[in-house]
Amino acid sequence: MRRWVENDNVDMVAGLVASSVTIATTKVLEENNKLGLVNGSAASSITNEHCTPNHIHYAYDTYPLANGTAGAIVKEGGKTWYILTADYAFGHSMEKDVTAVVEKNGGEVIGSIRHPFPTPDFSSFILQAQASGADVIALANAGADTTNAITTAAEFGVTQAGQTIAGLVVFLTDVHALGTEVAQGLQLTTGWYWDMNDEARAWSDRFMEETGARPTMVHAGIYSSTIQYLNAIEKTGSDDSQIVRKQMMDTPINDMFATNGRIREDGRMVHDMYLAEVKTPEESSGEWDLYKIVRTIPADEAFRPLADSSCKLVSSK
Amino acid sequence: MSMIFGVPMAVLYGQLLIGVINGAFYALLSLGLAVIFGLLKIINFAHGAMYMLGAMGTVILFDTLGVNYWVALFLAPVLVGTVGVLIEYFLLRRIAGQDHIYSLLLTFGVALIMQGILTNIYGVSGLRYSMPDVFKGGVNLGFMFLPFYRAWVIVAALIVCFGTWFMIEKTKLGAYLRAGTEDSQLMQGFGINVPLLVSLTYGFGVMLAAFAGVLAAPIYSVTPVMGSHILIVVFAVVVIGGLGSIGGAIITGILMGVVEGLTKTFYPPASSAVIFLVMVVVLMVRPSGLFGKEA
Repeated sequence: MRRWVENDNVDMVAGLVASSVTIATTKVLEENNKLGLVNGSAASSITNEHCTPNHIHYAYDTYPLANGTAGAIVKEGGKTWYILTADYAFGHSMEKDVTAVVEKNGGEVIGSIRHPFPTPDFSSFILQAQASGADVIALANAGADTTNAITTAAEFGVTQAGQTIAGLVVFLTDVHALGTEVAQGLQLTTGWYWDMNDEARAWSDRFMEETGARPTMVHAGIYSSTIQYLNAIEKTGSDDSQIVRKQMMDTPINDMFATNGRIREDGRMVHDMYLAEVKTPEESSGEWDLYKIVRTIPADEAFRPLADSSCKLVSSK
Repeated sequence: MSMIFGVPMAVLYGQLLIGVINGAFYALLSLGLAVIFGLLKIINFAHGAMYMLGAMGTVILFDTLGVNYWVALFLAPVLVGTVGVLIEYFLLRRIAGQDHIYSLLLTFGVALIMQGILTNIYGVSGLRYSMPDVFKGGVNLGFMFLPFYRAWVIVAALIVCFGTWFMIEKTKLGAYLRAGTEDSQLMQGFGINVPLLVSLTYGFGVMLAAFAGVLAAPIYSVTPVMGSHILIVVFAVVVIGGLGSIGGAIITGILMGVVEGLTKTFYPPASSAVIFLVMVVVLMVRPSGLFGKEA
């Protein structure tokens, strides 16, 4: 990364997976006044205490994921919560965000376990969560940990016994790996879904042709943010990171990815988010026909309000 | 309900049983490693990749050819075993008699290549494998809900472990194997085809790993990297049991599953480290392992 920007004259870095790595990387970008378009990472701290004028956080973050999913489940009557937390920075921040949302909506967190990251076998933790008798078992983890936990929960009859599983960071590819039989009814929040409108579908068909799979919100976010970046360069005729960033902030974003999108001064791209539910095997008409969109969360509600921000770039600070 | 250190007894029984189930996987995998090291003196870093191939193979066989679970339970280990024989014949044989570090590096390289190729094709988010219908559901034991499949894992693993131990320690074929590795020239002189024996032993060792992979396919997420994590744990198990000790590997595998399970109950954050902690203590007190012969 340092070699890219310092020696190889790289102006822009896209993607950026794993929050801890991203936070370190953006510091290098700031030192060198280059630009990063963050799509792969989840931690909301990337545009809060770790914000820089040299990166934009585009597709999603933990704040709307916790708010959307946990908020909806508490309102449906899931009052007592047990949280399985991945034992590293991201998991801890997710646990904190979820606890706040649950308590704000009148629920209660009755227990939590911090499990090692990664954990190949969840049976022991699922058993403990089951024994707690909580209404909801929330998964403050991601990727293989989440799919493992959900598979194990299904195997041990957690949902049949009346407990709800809440996956907080769930990607389309995770649900695809689980299959509708295991994942059906799972509620999740996503920034984008390939089948949500004509524009998204058309783009996803092209993606499918190239790769043989349907894209997740991260793929779409990377594409969209890169196009916005290139458009801004064309408009301004400059590749200076601050001029380009300013131009990107001044341009509302409505494309195959975002609806009502705009980039705020803290570098957060806010746009409509969606509460989705995984279809049952009967409802699903194909391998990738996995979600139904239950509710649209408007851009202004979805993300952490600037008033609560601790970012140094926010003018009121 | 009676409690131990704030943990209800029922939960504790459940955790012990879960520990035995996970231990069954450790036992199967460390057994294969112990066979390969004990008889061939090869440190097989490709063992995790073979476990992964077993699981991936099960899924791929089902997706492409519709091969069901029971056939895969037999077919996947045989296919992976064949891969093992080829690796032994074309690669490992060239470095026979060299320092252990060569076999370690070679097998590690092979593992990385396999993992890389499969990641390129299938990605890392995992393939889907449905539970065979006969294993759906489970039985309520009073203190926990035991899925039928987990019960089957214990039974299958114990049968295979015991069978392997019996074959190597108690049969004539096992005696040839052990003798061939002690003094291969003498055995050649008696008309035994030692190179073939060595190939087959390596093939058999990786078959055990592939068998564990098939058992894992319906319950763990099947990904090209699933072997790399468990490999390190299994190596620790083998070291604790005593390198090359067949029976030791089996008993230690199950024991470590239980230790890990209890740690997950009493102090979860330490659960991924506890086996290594045990390893450190054992190495300090008994450097040759719990069941190893004194060097």
